[in-house]
Amino acid sequence: MGKPTGFMELPRTERHYASPSDRIQHYREFTLSPSDAEVAEQGSRCMDCGIPFCHNGCPVNNIIPDWNDGVYRGDWQQALDILHSTNNFPEFTGRICPAPCEAACTLNLQDQPVTIKSIECAIIDKGWAMGWVKPQIPEKRTGKRVAVIGSGPSGLACAQQLARAGHEVVVYEKNDRIGGLLRYGIPDFKMEKTHIDRRIAQMQAEGVRFRPNSHIGTDIPTQKLLAEYDAIVLAVGSEKPRDLEVPGRNEYEGVYYAMDFLRQQNKRNAGDTIAEDVAITATDKRVIVIGGGDTGSDCIGTSIRQGAASVVQLEILPQPPEKENKLLTWPMWPNKLRTTSSHDEGIKQRYWSVNTKSITGKDGKITHLNAVEVEWKQEGGQWKMSEKPDSAFTLEADIVFLAMGFVHPVHEGLLKELGVELDRNNIKADDKQYRTSVDKVFAAGDARRGQSLVVWAIREGRQAAKAVDEFLMGSSELPR
Amino acid sequence: MSQSTLPPRQGLYNPRNEHDACGVGFIVHIKGQKSHETVRQGLELLKNLTHRGAVGADIYAGDGAGILIQMPDAFLRAECDKLSISLPEQGNYAAGMVFLPRDAANRATCENLLTEIIKREKAVLLGWRDVPVDNRTLGESVKLVEPFIRQIFIGRGEDCKDQDAFERKLFVIRKQVENAVRDLKLDHGHAFYIPSLSSRTIVYKGMLLADQVGAFYADLSDERMVSALALVHQRFSTNTFPTWDLAHPFRLIAHNGEINTLRGNVNGMAARRHSIASKILGDDMHKLWPLIHEAQSDSACFDNALELLVAGGYSLAHAMMLLIPEAWAGNELMDEKLRAFYEYNAALMEPWDGPAAIAFTDGRQIGATLDRNGLRPARYLVTDDDFVIMASEMGVLEVPQHKIIKKWRLQPGKMLLIDTEQGRIIDDAELKANLSSCHPYSEWLSKTQILLSELPAEISAMAPDAHTLLDRQQAFGYTREDIEFILKPIALTGQEPISSMGIDTALAVLSERSRLLYDYFKQGFAQVTNPAIDPIREELVMSLVSLIGPRPNLLGLDEGGTHMRLEVEQPILTNQDLEKIRRIETRTGGVFKTKTLTLCYPSDLGASGMEAALDKLCLAAKQAVEEGNNILALSDRDLDVAHIAIPALLATSAVHHYLTREGLRTEVGLVVETGEAREVHHFALLAAYGAEAINPYLAFDTLSGLCENIDDLSEYEAHKRYIKAISKGLLKVMSKMGISTYQSYCGAQIFNALGLSEPFLDRYFTGTISTVEGVGLKEISEETTRRHRIAFGNAPLFREALDIGGEYAYRLRGEAHTWTPATISTLQHATRSNSYEKYAEFCRLIDEQNEALLTLRGLMSFKEDAAPVPLDEVESAAEIVKRFATGAMSFGSISYEAHTNLAIAMNRIGGKSNTGEGGELPERFKTLPNGDSMRSAIKQVASGRFGVTTEYLVNADDIQIKVSQGAKPGEGGQLPGHKVDAVIARVRHSTRGVGLISPPPHHDIYSIEDLAQLIHDLKNVNPEARISVKLVSEVGVGTVAAGVSKAHADHVTISGYDGGTGASPMTSIKHAGLPWEIGLAETHQTLVLNKLRGRIAVQVDGGLRTGRDVVIGALLGADEFGFATAPLIVSGCLMMRKCHLNTCPVGVATQDPELRKRFTGQPEHVVNYFFMVAEDVRQWMAKLGFRTVNEMIGRSDKLDMQRSLNHWKTQGLDYSRVFYKPEVDGTTAVYNRESQDHGLDQALDHTLIAAAQPALQNAQPVVIDTPIRNINRTFGAMLSGEVAKRYGHKGLPDDTISIRVKGTAGQSFGSFLAQGISIELEGEGNDYVGKGMSGGRIAIYQPKDCPVTPADNIIVGNTVLYGAISGECYFSGVAGERFAVRNSGAVAVVEGVGDHGCEYMTGGVVVVLGQTGRNFAAGMSGGVAYVLDEEGDFEKRCNMAMVDLEPILEEDDILEAIAHQGGDLETHGRVHIMSDMTRNDAQRLKHFIEKHKRYTNSARAQHILDNWQDYLPRFVKVMPVDYREALKQIQAEQAIASC
Repeated sequence: MGKPTGFMELPRTERHYASPSDRIQHYREFTLSPSDAEVAEQGSRCMDCGIPFCHNGCPVNNIIPDWNDGVYRGDWQQALDILHSTNNFPEFTGRICPAPCEAACTLNLQDQPVTIKSIECAIIDKGWAMGWVKPQIPEKRTGKRVAVIGSGPSGLACAQQLARAGHEVVVYEKNDRIGGLLRYGIPDFKMEKTHIDRRIAQMQAEGVRFRPNSHIGTDIPTQKLLAEYDAIVLAVGSEKPRDLEVPGRNEYEGVYYAMDFLRQQNKRNAGDTIAEDVAITATDKRVIVIGGGDTGSDCIGTSIRQGAASVVQLEILPQPPEKENKLLTWPMWPNKLRTTSSHDEGIKQRYWSVNTKSITGKDGKITHLNAVEVEWKQEGGQWKMSEKPDSAFTLEADIVFLAMGFVHPVHEGLLKELGVELDRNNIKADDKQYRTSVDKVFAAGDARRGQSLVVWAIREGRQAAKAVDEFLMGSSELPR
Repeated sequence: MSQSTLPPRQGLYNPRNEHDACGVGFIVHIKGQKSHETVRQGLELLKNLTHRGAVGADIYAGDGAGILIQMPDAFLRAECDKLSISLPEQGNYAAGMVFLPRDAANRATCENLLTEIIKREKAVLLGWRDVPVDNRTLGESVKLVEPFIRQIFIGRGEDCKDQDAFERKLFVIRKQVENAVRDLKLDHGHAFYIPSLSSRTIVYKGMLLADQVGAFYADLSDERMVSALALVHQRFSTNTFPTWDLAHPFRLIAHNGEINTLRGNVNGMAARRHSIASKILGDDMHKLWPLIHEAQSDSACFDNALELLVAGGYSLAHAMMLLIPEAWAGNELMDEKLRAFYEYNAALMEPWDGPAAIAFTDGRQIGATLDRNGLRPARYLVTDDDFVIMASEMGVLEVPQHKIIKKWRLQPGKMLLIDTEQGRIIDDAELKANLSSCHPYSEWLSKTQILLSELPAEISAMAPDAHTLLDRQQAFGYTREDIEFILKPIALTGQEPISSMGIDTALAVLSERSRLLYDYFKQGFAQVTNPAIDPIREELVMSLVSLIGPRPNLLGLDEGGTHMRLEVEQPILTNQDLEKIRRIETRTGGVFKTKTLTLCYPSDLGASGMEAALDKLCLAAKQAVEEGNNILALSDRDLDVAHIAIPALLATSAVHHYLTREGLRTEVGLVVETGEAREVHHFALLAAYGAEAINPYLAFDTLSGLCENIDDLSEYEAHKRYIKAISKGLLKVMSKMGISTYQSYCGAQIFNALGLSEPFLDRYFTGTISTVEGVGLKEISEETTRRHRIAFGNAPLFREALDIGGEYAYRLRGEAHTWTPATISTLQHATRSNSYEKYAEFCRLIDEQNEALLTLRGLMSFKEDAAPVPLDEVESAAEIVKRFATGAMSFGSISYEAHTNLAIAMNRIGGKSNTGEGGELPERFKTLPNGDSMRSAIKQVASGRFGVTTEYLVNADDIQIKVSQGAKPGEGGQLPGHKVDAVIARVRHSTRGVGLISPPPHHDIYSIEDLAQLIHDLKNVNPEARISVKLVSEVGVGTVAAGVSKAHADHVTISGYDGGTGASPMTSIKHAGLPWEIGLAETHQTLVLNKLRGRIAVQVDGGLRTGRDVVIGALLGADEFGFATAPLIVSGCLMMRKCHLNTCPVGVATQDPELRKRFTGQPEHVVNYFFMVAEDVRQWMAKLGFRTVNEMIGRSDKLDMQRSLNHWKTQGLDYSRVFYKPEVDGTTAVYNRESQDHGLDQALDHTLIAAAQPALQNAQPVVIDTPIRNINRTFGAMLSGEVAKRYGHKGLPDDTISIRVKGTAGQSFGSFLAQGISIELEGEGNDYVGKGMSGGRIAIYQPKDCPVTPADNIIVGNTVLYGAISGECYFSGVAGERFAVRNSGAVAVVEGVGDHGCEYMTGGVVVVLGQTGRNFAAGMSGGVAYVLDEEGDFEKRCNMAMVDLEPILEEDDILEAIAHQGGDLETHGRVHIMSDMTRNDAQRLKHFIEKHKRYTNSARAQHILDNWQDYLPRFVKVMPVDYREALKQIQAEQAIASC
């Protein structure tokens, strides 16, 4: 398989982006698609390892060497079949996954990894373009009914698998549109929402029914579901954001959760209108983003597109090294400095080892953020933070976005009503059976494992589907 | 045959696995003149073969020896007179030697039985005589089982019309008595045995040393004891158990060799029981069964078969030719009539295949024959007073040279026969010409032979639609890998695909997945006791011809030309072929009739329906035969949603054994039509369990499907390539075991079962042994039904696609592997950061196999029943690491960086690294300035002998003879030219860019006594080094190891089947050999039972990774531990499995300079690893209560089996045989604590070294004179070791040590000779002259008073100059087979050579001034040969696959000489004439012939030189094609560089 000497002959070439000056003028995707020949060439760099570390580095265990070989040989359709055999939604992961597979790629040890994510994306994009992605309608129906609560990547993957196993699946979503975090958390410039719509259409054809605007535990009592369905899957995500508990946080207007900000922009892009009084905008404002992860980056990119006066980003952890010690980290996901496309679009400064101490303001509106530099030391295996003496400083701010992660699923309503047992504030269930403490109720995705990547959510959805199928039928032919 | 005195089967020890090999010889007076002197000479000859035998733990206990002579009538008559027994006239009475139980009651029973049967057979019992014996010199162990020895005298009854009839009657009597005694199951019945019972011959033998025979049997020293012939034999067995009966000679033969196909041959004889009929034997025929008793040696079985043939009316010679035919198929040089004779007879009897020198006699004729490949030595001489002396080597009897009129050797497949009644020698040509023209064989053949290929075409099945194809593929367990890794590459290249590294997936019985039945069988292979064959280079002895259908009556001597036979060229049938067989009835006028039996049964019966379906199938088969069908086609084509197929292998074997048991098997042919078989292993198994031909229709259908997507590949071409690849693969599998014909492989069952239960095997695979028990029909049928469900079920994953497989490359949904991303990265991180915590995590990942059971040891647990000891009282880690070694990985397969990294690390910790095959750069022998050393402590000696110089050997702590390699036991290797860069060429003493071939066998180890010789050779070169032998685990390896210990190895390595490789065929990586747990346990148990354990260190290797592995290894009996893949991974290896492609991205297994830069390994990491493993071991030891490793060795009682696991296949496993601990007394060593006695103190070299002191110390020239005899072996090697130690490979100036020797030299004369030593021998050499020669000069010429012309004189034996590196040899006479095999650089002139000359040669010059044998230059990739081709037919005898033949041009050479040298060849000629092998040929040739004349005074050389202009055009130059290209390339580069 593959070209044995490909990696020795060809360099890695990534997908190109439209230039920042162009791309910040709009909210659309700005990644330029490579030609088939370029993709094939990159695919030929795959060494078809005896042990493909990528295959294990990938949470859905994409069989990467096999589809790399497919595009190298020009057999895109076979590549797509193999890709779909492990991943329900490669167009999502092909766009927004941080690609732990590439970190695990054997070539990443001493060279540049194969552009696995780009190839994945190219395969599925071609699949849609050529009309190869078709509904897979089950031959037999089981007559079993399953409710999936939550329509994020986990819920969708779970629902699709269950429907293909012949079950009658209904997906409940509290928001007005299907997609969960995919729909409202991810900016369009990272992933346009038509990708989700296409999948929903496919799933509907496969028999999945969607119920948006249906907040279980609030609009609809859980008992009703328990009575009507043979199994229920909780894929409600981990939506409780981590708050900034400092003086002034609730005193001054202008401190927002990142998700509230991003959701509004996504709705606007979808054609909705946001009422003036609740609108959160960064236009002409001095923006501070607290949190150095991907959500932080999304806030930066969105702020810049809205025309912010300036954007800075704070991170409590120290700046990671530019290059990791690969001999000790590979094939794991390494801690290293990552610069996202949003950073390239005009961020003013990135602060590291900074802890916010307080918010101050005027006329009920925020004006400043007061912070201090911190130091990290390891004590008995635990990292301990201490403030650096005399390092306090103040930043001017008109608006602050909290992108500090999520602590756990929302407990109020659904989870409380069901009375599911919790484990470190997440829903308690193992990753074999995915069963909660409540009979016939399953949990998958962030709600179970805590906040994580889309690709983990898909994995959990698929695996939970198999568990549910086994529960309902005694055995399951669904792949894990 | 008696019930043997071998111990019963216990633990993994099974007496069935015993082997032997030996020295054999005879002396005969051609005219039949009887004398006592001949008997005395026979005993003398026997004594001089002593070194070919062995002694066990008890030095007074030999392995057995004996003598067969003509009936000494006068002596017996006189002795009988004393006992008042009156003997009739000679010829009318028989004397029998009878071993009887010492127990009086038992003895009486046996004697009474004899009396009774003699009476019943109307013969006359004349009386008994107690044979006087003197057992004073016998070892204690032997005395314990010494039988009571008597002679019985029987008179010819009236119904026997002549002496021949009487002989037949005696045979019938003996068989009946033997079987009757055995059936009685007497307590001491095992002692009963009849060595001989004949009116013509008598055998005196026993569990004796060669020199004890005469002393033990007083009869033999009696002057009245006269005979015209004496056949003697000295045995070397792989055990130390006293077995009086297994000594040779048997009644008709004495054998030196091994019958590889024994299982199949014995089954074949049994299968004939009901179809055999003999006019001569008549009803007596039925009294002979069981003809061949199980559990006796191969030689004894052979003797039984030969007796039957002779009794049935064949002449002795004819019978021998039936059993051991020459390689006739495809031999263009063979006479047409003779070929017809062999081809005709091939249908009567499948060859008894294996290396063999068999001497045979019926008392009137005596002779000997050699196997088709000439793998045993046999030389003979004829004297002017009518004696012929034949023996395994020359010099066994002192014969004045002037009396000798001929000295020759037995050639492959040839026979020597002396008829004492006719009073003459009948040579091979005459003998065979007579036999082959006795009957019109070719006419019979043309009348009866139907070639399948010549039958008219039929309409055959077509490939199905894609959907049906997928369903069938799934039902037969196809995976994506079967397509991608096996079928597609085969379709594209016609070659079986290559892979690298070892197998680390779950054993079939431990796998969660549904595995094919084939996966439960592992291929057997030859190691030590017989050689593997090179099926490519020695293709001439191989044959895939298969005969389908009923066999003629073996004893139907008068039925010639009446029995029709169907022949195929090879056993893989196309659909078309199968169709022809199916419709054969109408095409052959009803002679053949085929019935198809389906293997399918209704799927609604499920798994539990299979047993009944099998029973039904067997009955249907029987019924079909009884109805007159003579070909059965077993077919699974009916498989569909409603029908499950019985696994084809199971069905084939079940039917084969059922019909064998019913005595019907030889009346019918078995053909298998199956969708299951696709890879070589599958076909080999089907063949080994009875299929005469196989149609793999689904493989063909799959290939047809592939063709649609591959441009320019026609269906026809793809199918053709597939058949070719599978055929080649089959040859390889057969040749691994040393089997050369499909006919004898068919039914030979050369497989080890792994994970199958004994009841299952007994029932369906009768005769195959189970070691650890395992699954039975229930699980096998469950696996089959699971596949069927996948095929016809609804799982989304399998709707459109095959299962992923995951055998060859790791896949999450595929088969489980030990090496995973997690285990590899954790190990690397742990060792790079020296974190024990991380290491512990690694161990947890490996050891905790709750979910994925992978290895046998995964299921083991420890009995922690003893009090633990405090950790600080346990032996230190620094001591434990000294027991660790890294595995043999050659520089060439891995990079310089990786190779030295391991060496430095092991030297730092006092462990040992291993050079692997391929030598070591001499610079590495010196310590580095920082104190590190890159010298590998273990120097490996493999079959290719690359880089094995004397200097290399003296720089070793251990010298390891690699007999087998875990990843590819029984196979050779190939280093492609593109991997041979300048450095590798230098270390391997070869040419850059020229590919190198390692032969499958060591050409100096064809048997256990050969191995003893090689051990002796190496020990001589470097007496301080331990000599180690590396074996691979298989059933019977323990017995081989016992033999190895008796052959004086200091160390033995037992490798698991899962060892790694740089490049091997996938079939071998996956399917050959067993896990080390089984082989190690068997080895330890067998060594302990034989009391041989103490004198040998046992090392285990193959997938050791953690301290737990080490502890299990020690408990099962290992002293030392080898690790290969793990330290390689620590050095950066990622199990890419790309070693064979040279694209290793981490610089480990590549020679690419860019990729090598990526190597990141550090010696520290490896040191960290081994210390962490040792620490881990210590913690286990503390827990188990052991303070030292020695205490732990062999304590298998501390091991237990985890039974609680919830796994659907492992419930039937039973490790009790593995855990078996032999009962021994307190004095028997159970770990290595003694040393071997190598007998070096008797070496002549001590004298040489003493005399050579001035040369050794000051390089002053010395001249030494010494006589020599055949018992002086390995002459010159120890002296050479001394030279190399002091002066390295470059040695001393020419002739500094000059040695003049007279006599017949023992084996390995001048082996490993160092530069500066020259030896002149007046006399003759035996085998292995100049082996491993590293410089110096050997000249051998016959004594001046010897009247034989050198062209008729074998001056040196077989395998001369094997692995020679440099130096010069001049032999004025003819050499035996395999002259200059694997020569890397020596120059030799010889006046004739046997078969396979210059095989695998890579350098040097060979000049042949006389006849050459067949297959010259096979696999020759370098060097040149000049052959005098007087008859102009050399091309026919030369293997032209890799060489060109060129004329020798003179003109430009002379110009060149004048221009550059001024003709002054003597002063700087050598440099010049060796500098450019592409030219200067005439000059070079003349130069060496002149030297030949100078050193040997050869008349032949003189004659040629005198007539140079006439002779020059008759020489041809043998020039390897690649070598010429590489030389031109190098010259071009040098020209550019010098511009």
